[in-house]
Amino acid sequence: MKKKRKGFISLLFLCVLFTGVISACSSDQGEKKDTNQNTASKTNDSSDTTDKTGAEDNTVKDLRGAITMSGSTSMEKLANVVGEVFMVKYPGVTVSTEFIGSSAGIEAVVAGTVDIGNASRNLKDTEKEAGAVENIVAIDGIAVIVDKKNAVTNLTKDQLVQIYKGEINNWNKVGGADQPIVVVGRESGSGTRGAFEEILKIEDMAVYADEINSTGGVMAKVASTAGAIGYVSLDVLDDSVTAVQLEGVEATPENIKAGNYFLSRPFVMATKGEISEQNELVQAFFEYISSEEGKTLIESVGLIPAD
Amino acid sequence: MKDKSYSIIGSYKTKNTVEKAAGVIFIVCALFAVLAVFSITIYMIISGTPAIFEVGLKEILFGTVWKPTAAEPRFGILYVILTSIVGTFFAILIGVPIGLMTAVFLAETAPKRLAGIVRPAVELLAGIPSVVYGLLGILVLNPAVYKMEIALFKDDPTHQFTGGSNLISAVLVLAIMILPTVINISESSLRAVPAHYKQASLALGATHIQTIFKVLIPAAKSGIVTAVVLGVGRAIGEAMAISLVAGNGVNFPLLFNSVRFLTTAVVSEMSYAADTHKKVLFTIGLVLFIFIILINLILNKVMKGGNKDAVRS
Repeated sequence: MKKKRKGFISLLFLCVLFTGVISACSSDQGEKKDTNQNTASKTNDSSDTTDKTGAEDNTVKDLRGAITMSGSTSMEKLANVVGEVFMVKYPGVTVSTEFIGSSAGIEAVVAGTVDIGNASRNLKDTEKEAGAVENIVAIDGIAVIVDKKNAVTNLTKDQLVQIYKGEINNWNKVGGADQPIVVVGRESGSGTRGAFEEILKIEDMAVYADEINSTGGVMAKVASTAGAIGYVSLDVLDDSVTAVQLEGVEATPENIKAGNYFLSRPFVMATKGEISEQNELVQAFFEYISSEEGKTLIESVGLIPAD
Repeated sequence: MKDKSYSIIGSYKTKNTVEKAAGVIFIVCALFAVLAVFSITIYMIISGTPAIFEVGLKEILFGTVWKPTAAEPRFGILYVILTSIVGTFFAILIGVPIGLMTAVFLAETAPKRLAGIVRPAVELLAGIPSVVYGLLGILVLNPAVYKMEIALFKDDPTHQFTGGSNLISAVLVLAIMILPTVINISESSLRAVPAHYKQASLALGATHIQTIFKVLIPAAKSGIVTAVVLGVGRAIGEAMAISLVAGNGVNFPLLFNSVRFLTTAVVSEMSYAADTHKKVLFTIGLVLFIFIILINLILNKVMKGGNKDAVRS
């Protein structure tokens, strides 16, 4: 009797498992949209504006397929928002993005494994020679962040250079408390790091205490470590850290557009070959970004659309 | 009552075939392991050696500057190798005594109820994925080590503060990670010591502690060495947990320096490495592989060598 009951229960369990597996694997497209919406729903403030702009335009072309992007972690917000709105506009298309770092993204697009490579810096000559075309879609600022308890609110360019070279290592030398400076930065393939070091002219001279692999990681480390300093893309700034002013100029899109804030870099969506040589999905994507709607979308995320 | 059953399915011929077929299947399965090790070795050698000719063995193994993306790339991994050695050594130094004493506790001196709490805890520890250790390290260990760092280096103008992400955090995480392996295997080997060893020792007047340290542990030596070797293997091969807590700078492995291990060096740069850089990363993998083989050989030879009559567990 016991054996029969055990057999019955295990058979029931197997059926439940089977049903679960079937329903999970049922719709491939549905699953992809779910994961993308999950990652995009983190950027809650921008998705409100995108719903409004998406509803205005009702031209639904009969495009089907998938667009794959990979690259910069700084461009995560932009990639997710643009991808989500594009998928609402063209329901037959799925846009999926991976965040592996700028250099890795350009490697991937040159190798042909993705359609678009995201980089948060200008392309190097070697990358252009390999076939990557630099399509600048937005201008972004790099914010220098410190933890919330730090009293320092302003740094000059020279002070910033000296901090990252390791010449200044205590906050009391730049007007703060007697606390050691923990220099946090990105890994060597990062577009943010490349742009940061190029603008400050400290390539190969910066000494980091901690090299973290993503923008989010830098935010988390600076927020949780007293005396830490780091740099992140302007559009991911939130309340967990404080952004210092550089040369008395605050890090805002207006100041970047006016040219007063000197830490700014382009967001590049690179393709292998010109846009006109890509498939029609990618062409429609770039057409959308350069349209008025796309520019409003880019501004809503906190970036400056490229002209 | 049936006394002898005659099978209507097969005669002695089919039974013979079945026996032989089963034997062949077992041999094939066993060969999988050999094939895997063989092909990994060959592939590592093939992909790891081009960089040695391109960059030079001396420059890679004994250079101290690692700047692969600079205008003039330098590929010196001496500090990285030293970090792996030093880090694993300290992790073993902390983890093995604690593990061994816990194993002795569980096998010999624990009252039943206490053992009933400790043993499930150890088994749970064995099942925790390494990423979780890394996350706990970031949440709990890094702030604590940072406070220690500030207290120790308050007046030192040359120290580069790491915010808690340094060698000592990585060593502590590794020590905790190798504990379950060491405890489980040591405990099994202690239990496998024949009862008459212990009984004879006690009968001759030795105390319980004397018996444990002078009779049981030496008798279980081969099992304990196995436990240490497995612990070393896990410590030297760990990438995920340490990449979150160790700081990732290429520095000499002092306790409060931001360091990079062989494993994290490969993991953090593989995704975007270009040609020569990528080949050097494969060479790092080859170095790691050679290390593990060497450690296994040395530990097994040196420690097990003199114990032919010890208990095999």
